[in-house]
Amino acid sequence: MIWVNLKRILKNGFVHFWRNGWVSVATILIMVITLFSIGSLVFGKAILLTVLDQLQDKVDITVYFKIDAEESDITFLQESLSDLSEVKNVMYVSKEDALKSFQERHAENTLIIQSLEELGANPLGSSLNIKAKDPSQYESIARFLEASVFSAVDKINYRQNKTIIDRLSAILQTSKNLGTGISILLALIAVLVTFNTIRLAIYTNREEIKIMRLVGASDRYVRSPFVVGGILYGLISSTVTVILFYPLTFWLGPLSERFFGGINLFYYYLSNFFQMFFILLAVGVLLGVFSSWVATRRYLKA
Amino acid sequence: MIYFDKVSKVYSKGYPALEDVSFSIEQGEFVSIVGQSGAGKTTLLRLFLAEEKPTSGNIFLDSVDIHSLPKKNLHKLRKKIGVVFQDYRLLSAKTTYENVAFAMQAAGRAESEIENDVPQVLNVVGLAEKSSNFPHELSGGEKQRVALARAIVNRPDIIIADEPTGNLDPLNVLEIIKLIKKINELGTTVLLTTHNREVVNSLGKRVVTLEGGRVVRDDKDGKYVV
Repeated sequence: MIWVNLKRILKNGFVHFWRNGWVSVATILIMVITLFSIGSLVFGKAILLTVLDQLQDKVDITVYFKIDAEESDITFLQESLSDLSEVKNVMYVSKEDALKSFQERHAENTLIIQSLEELGANPLGSSLNIKAKDPSQYESIARFLEASVFSAVDKINYRQNKTIIDRLSAILQTSKNLGTGISILLALIAVLVTFNTIRLAIYTNREEIKIMRLVGASDRYVRSPFVVGGILYGLISSTVTVILFYPLTFWLGPLSERFFGGINLFYYYLSNFFQMFFILLAVGVLLGVFSSWVATRRYLKA
Repeated sequence: MIYFDKVSKVYSKGYPALEDVSFSIEQGEFVSIVGQSGAGKTTLLRLFLAEEKPTSGNIFLDSVDIHSLPKKNLHKLRKKIGVVFQDYRLLSAKTTYENVAFAMQAAGRAESEIENDVPQVLNVVGLAEKSSNFPHELSGGEKQRVALARAIVNRPDIIIADEPTGNLDPLNVLEIIKLIKKINELGTTVLLTTHNREVVNSLGKRVVTLEGGRVVRDDKDGKYVV
C-alpha cells in the first residue's frame, strides 16, 4: 500500500508539475535567481577571505639581532617561539640573506651600494620574522618577546607598527562580520521571494485543493503532489544554477585573478563543485518543500 | 441513517440561514430539498458535508455526530458520500479518466481496481469515448456526467446533488436525473436540492420544502409547492 501510494504521489507530482508548465517555469526561474545569488555570495565570500588572508599575511613582527649575536641564541629563540600556540611560523633571515636582499632592493642607488663597499664588512644583523595565526595575537607574542629579552636582541619592531597592525586587524574583523551580515540579509531576501512565488503558484490551485478534499482525499494526499513539485523545483533550479556558473566563472576567472590576486574563480568553482552543488541543492529542495508545505497548509486548515 | 436534530445556522450578523431544522432520511431514500434561493438548501448540504459547523443542533450519520469528528478524520466521512455540484467542480488539470480515478486513489483503492472500475463507470454515464479529454473540452452535460461518475465510483452510501441540473438544458437535465434515479434504484441514498419544478414533479419522491431557513413541508409523495 505504501509503495502504491508513493508511486501515485510521485506520478501525480510529476503530472502536476508538467501540466502547470508555465507556473513551474516561472517558479524555477525565480528559484534560479535565488540560488544564483546564494552561490554568488559563496564566491564573494571566497574572494573576500583570500583578499583578507593576503592582507593578514603582510602583517608580521621582526626581531633584529645585534651583529655579534650568537647563532645558538637565535635558534634557541626561534624554537621557543615556534612552540607558542599563537605563532604560525618563524622565518630565520641570516646576515648574508639580509645583505643580499638589501643590495637587491637598493641596486639602483649607487650611493648606498658604494658606501656598503667602502664599509667592507656586513653591517646588518640577522633577524627572525614571526607570523601569528591571527593579527590580534601579535600583542601577546610581542609581550612574550619583551619578557624574554636577552642581550643578543637589538630591537623588536612591534611597537612602531602597533597602530597599523591594530587598525588592520580591526578592518579585517569588521570586513568579515560585515560580509557575513550582508550575505545573510541578501540570502534571506532571496529566500523570501521564492517562498512567496511558490505560495502564489499554489494559490492558483486553491480551488483544486478544495475539490480534492470534497472528493475524500486525505490532507496528506492532497498536499503530496505540491511537495513533490517543490522537490522538483529545487532539483531543477540547483542544476540550472550550477551549470550557469560554469561559463560565468570561466569568463570571470582570469579577471578575478588579476583584480583580487591569488584567487581564480573558475578553479575555485571546479575544485568546490560538489560542495557548491550540494549547498544549492539542499537550499533549493528544502525551500521548495517548506514553501509548498506552508502554502498548502493554509487551504487545508479550513 | 441521516438525522438532522434541531439544526440552526446563523452567519455573522443577519437572519438565520437555517432555524431549528429536524428531519431524518432512511437508507435508500430519494429526498428532494426544494425552496427559493436563500431558503437554506445549500447551507443544509454544507453543514452535512462538514464544510461548516452548525450554530446549534447536531447532524448524525449512522449515529455518529459528524461535527464531533476530528478534522483529520473528515476525509473518511467524505468517502461515504458522493457529491455533485451545480458548477461540476472537476479538477481542471486532469482528464475525465483521471478525475474519476482520483476519487478512487484518494480512497486508497488498488491500481487493478481502478483500471477495472473507472471505464465501467464512464460507460454507465456514457462517456467512455471522452475519457482522455480535459474538462474544458467537455459540454456542461458531459461535465456533470463526469462529476456523477466520480461521485458514484467509490460506491458511496449517499449521493448529494446540489442543483446538479442548474446549468443544463432540458435534454441534459433529463439525462442527469435519469442517471441519479438509476443510482438510487441500486440502493444509494440520494439527497437532491433543486428549484426545477418539472424535475421534482416528475420524480414523485419525498420532498422537503424549505422557506426562510425552516422546514415548512415534508411530503412522502411530494410536489413542488412554493
